[in-house]
Amino acid sequence: MDYSQFFNMLPEATLMAVLVIVFIADFALHGNGKKNTVLYTITGTLMFAQAVPCLLADATTAFGGLYVTSNSVNVMKLILTAGTLIVMIMAQPWLNRDDVKNKAGEFYMLVVSTLLGMYMMMSSGHFLMFFLGLEMASVPMACLVAFDKMKKNSAESAAKFILTATFSSGVMLYGISFIYGAVGTLYFDDVTTRLSTSSLTIMGLVFFFSGLGFKISLVPFHFWTADTYQGAPTAVTGYLSVISKGAASFTLMVILMKVFAPMIEYWEYLLYIVIVLSITIANLFAIRQKELKRFMAFSSISQAGYIMLAVIGNSATGVAALTYYVLVYVVANMSVFTVINAVEQNCGGTTRMDSYNGLYKTNPKLAFLMTLALFSLAGIPPFAGMFSKFFVFMAAAEQGSFLAYFVVFIALINTVVSLYYYLLIVKAMYINNDESSLPAFRSDCNTRLALALCTAGIVAFGVFSCIYEWIAAAAH
Amino acid sequence: MLLGLWIARNLNQVRGVMVVGSSCLLALSVWLVFAFLDMRATMPAEEFPMLFAESIPWFKPLNIAYSVGVDGISVVMLLLSSIIVFTGTFASWQLKPMTKEYFLWFTLLSTGVYGFFICTDMFTMFMFYEVALIPMYLLIGVWGSGNKEYAAMKLTLMLMGGSALLIIGILGIYYFSGATTMNVQEIAAMHNIPVDVQKIFFPFIFIGFGVLGALFPFHTWSPDGHASAPTAVSMLHAGVLMKLGGYGCFRVAMYLLPDAAQELAWVFLILTTISVVYGALSACVQTDLKYINAYSSVSHCGLVLFALLMMTKTACTGAILQMLSHGLMTALFFALIGMIYGRTHTRDIRKLGGLMKIMPFLSVGYVIAGLANLGLPGFSGFIAEMTIFVGSFENADMFHRVATIIACTSIVVTAVYILRTVGRILFGNVADPHYLELTDATWDERFSVCCLIFCVAGLGSFPLWASNVITDGVAPILSVINF
Repeated sequence: MDYSQFFNMLPEATLMAVLVIVFIADFALHGNGKKNTVLYTITGTLMFAQAVPCLLADATTAFGGLYVTSNSVNVMKLILTAGTLIVMIMAQPWLNRDDVKNKAGEFYMLVVSTLLGMYMMMSSGHFLMFFLGLEMASVPMACLVAFDKMKKNSAESAAKFILTATFSSGVMLYGISFIYGAVGTLYFDDVTTRLSTSSLTIMGLVFFFSGLGFKISLVPFHFWTADTYQGAPTAVTGYLSVISKGAASFTLMVILMKVFAPMIEYWEYLLYIVIVLSITIANLFAIRQKELKRFMAFSSISQAGYIMLAVIGNSATGVAALTYYVLVYVVANMSVFTVINAVEQNCGGTTRMDSYNGLYKTNPKLAFLMTLALFSLAGIPPFAGMFSKFFVFMAAAEQGSFLAYFVVFIALINTVVSLYYYLLIVKAMYINNDESSLPAFRSDCNTRLALALCTAGIVAFGVFSCIYEWIAAAAH
Repeated sequence: MLLGLWIARNLNQVRGVMVVGSSCLLALSVWLVFAFLDMRATMPAEEFPMLFAESIPWFKPLNIAYSVGVDGISVVMLLLSSIIVFTGTFASWQLKPMTKEYFLWFTLLSTGVYGFFICTDMFTMFMFYEVALIPMYLLIGVWGSGNKEYAAMKLTLMLMGGSALLIIGILGIYYFSGATTMNVQEIAAMHNIPVDVQKIFFPFIFIGFGVLGALFPFHTWSPDGHASAPTAVSMLHAGVLMKLGGYGCFRVAMYLLPDAAQELAWVFLILTTISVVYGALSACVQTDLKYINAYSSVSHCGLVLFALLMMTKTACTGAILQMLSHGLMTALFFALIGMIYGRTHTRDIRKLGGLMKIMPFLSVGYVIAGLANLGLPGFSGFIAEMTIFVGSFENADMFHRVATIIACTSIVVTAVYILRTVGRILFGNVADPHYLELTDATWDERFSVCCLIFCVAGLGSFPLWASNVITDGVAPILSVINF
């Protein structure tokens, strides 16, 4: 066997090394009083260093086409790694809590292994390889969701997650088997050349789509989302809502654009329907939420709809727009979750929306940063969210048909609806008066670091165009 | 050039900074007018529609550039904004809670306004447009009065709805003109969008901007919003922000989609005629001072759009003059109302009366504002409305003439509601004995009122320079629309 093949998959190889090091460090440090700090430092540094292989990697293939990567995939890996790092930073106040303290090592390992799964999923060149990556990304995720195992919610949401995940994996595998039956191969390149439209392949496409649709939590595959988001520890919810979603949507885009290219007229209609449903239904549900994490769940479903909008154009602009959108979404959403987490850890675990009443009076900085992040999510300039939304719309309109314009129009109307519910939170923080508002507290340095990183991203990614240009250059 | 300063303004929020900052802005805008006139002397408008034009590529793969430039229209609009920001700063001198945050959002709002007027790139224009919208939510929601949360939410959502329509229109124009540039000038020069496509996207853009320009039936945010907003925000909003709508309709919708503008103008002409008359009539039955003025704004801004759609040179010049004059008048009005409300704590005209004896300065100011508003010669309102109606009558066909005549009736109605209000609140018996203890304007209020009166009278007495500058900007655009 030619081991030099592993050098072609540099980011995966190094991430694997990170996983092993963290694993060894975890039990080598057993009984050490400062175990958590040391582990945090090691993992953080390694994850930071992980950017190097992502930047170095080229567009290559390995193992005879099982593993295929391109520049845009590497960019996406870099974004996800950075996002994961932010998750680790913002999780600190929670990880240092008494009941979770002794499990911090496991948290890092699980996170890194899901990330590895996402890497694999994104750069697969074969359906089985893809499936392997997908499973690797979802099974440890269930453990993460159940991490607060003493809490009923957490365990329940993990059960819900794993059941839906398994079911949708099954459906997807069924779809893949249809495609295998129709074309006789599972290599992406071969499938593309041999694929022709028949009822068998259409079934395969739909089943496959629903499998990934579950991961991205598009409507109508979204039923697990609200409960799981609410029950999972906040850091994990953040991870689930941005990193996992970003990886899955990127993969879906690549597969639809490349592998299912001959069936474009079918999957485009599928996308139109799913996007309109996701954005509209999720927005309508989000308005009624009183619990911030559930609210963010519905908000993230509608954001997923916007992400998929980029795929409609079926062009390099779309790839760039999607990647950019995910990047901006990572920083904006993580910023919100960092604030939620800080409030939750400091104020006795509350995540209800009305407890945020008057937050600006007691914690002005936190409220201000939250406002910036919400504005970015709602797509208000001069924050990055507006740019990413506009580019996604541009990518969709590039398709040119009036149906595409119509879908963009629906999406735009929904941005107004979404603005309404984001403003509700802003209103709670600034305008609503409440005698029992949260006490003033000082957030710890990790929360601050995470917020600083996210806010810098929210402000800079839009104004400095070089980042978009770099992503676009990788996509072409 | 000037823009670097405008965008990168120091946001240290103390009154001193605001005064220095807004004075600088005012000085710069005045200087800009002169520099513009100087430069125009050497560069005729036919060849160089935009002066001080500069373009920095921004998002290259998408042909988005940060391109700026000014023509006659934007120059006067910038001047207007500077005057209002300047006086608005003085008008909110005594604002108490969270002063720093207030001025921060206020400055962000004005940044958006300036940016919008100088940009010639559709995307950048749109971005500044939204930058100008969102601070409104917090400004009204936090510092407003009355039913402020409802008004703030309604205003924000309606205007964002308008901008949703705009995005569709912008994307349509971009892709159907060949997806090579976002620059307004270049797209207008290419003039290659098929007529059928133009007809689809024209309503999107026109209504999108029309929402902000209080086009009937999309004007309903305006009375609530104005009534609840704090004084300076009402001033800036009615004075400048509503002009963004008219400016956008002219610069983007009509300039870039001229064929559709010709063919669909009748639909919008009917709507604008309705908003002119309906706004004026509604103002007659209101009892809240701010509501009266807000409906009057609907009527006057409707007149702006009405005149633009007439598409004659005189009418369009009149439209821009009307923007300018209405901006100043309405700012004056809102400033005075704010000051009266600050003292009496009511804006209900049934509860006010005899103010002339108690606060003579404010009352005289109010009379002047009222007279300017109903178009008394010597003030700016007369010049603008006169130009508009003369220009509109140049269209010889029946439809345009009838519309013009209907719109003309609003002049009479305006006189009715203005005189009624002035009579009620300023003269007659003092309604409440407590009012006798109230004081007249303080120095900062006098200063801002005097500035505005000076501008209104100045524009009314010497309109020629303004109309020359404006015609200079209007002519190239009209030559595209009417080919």
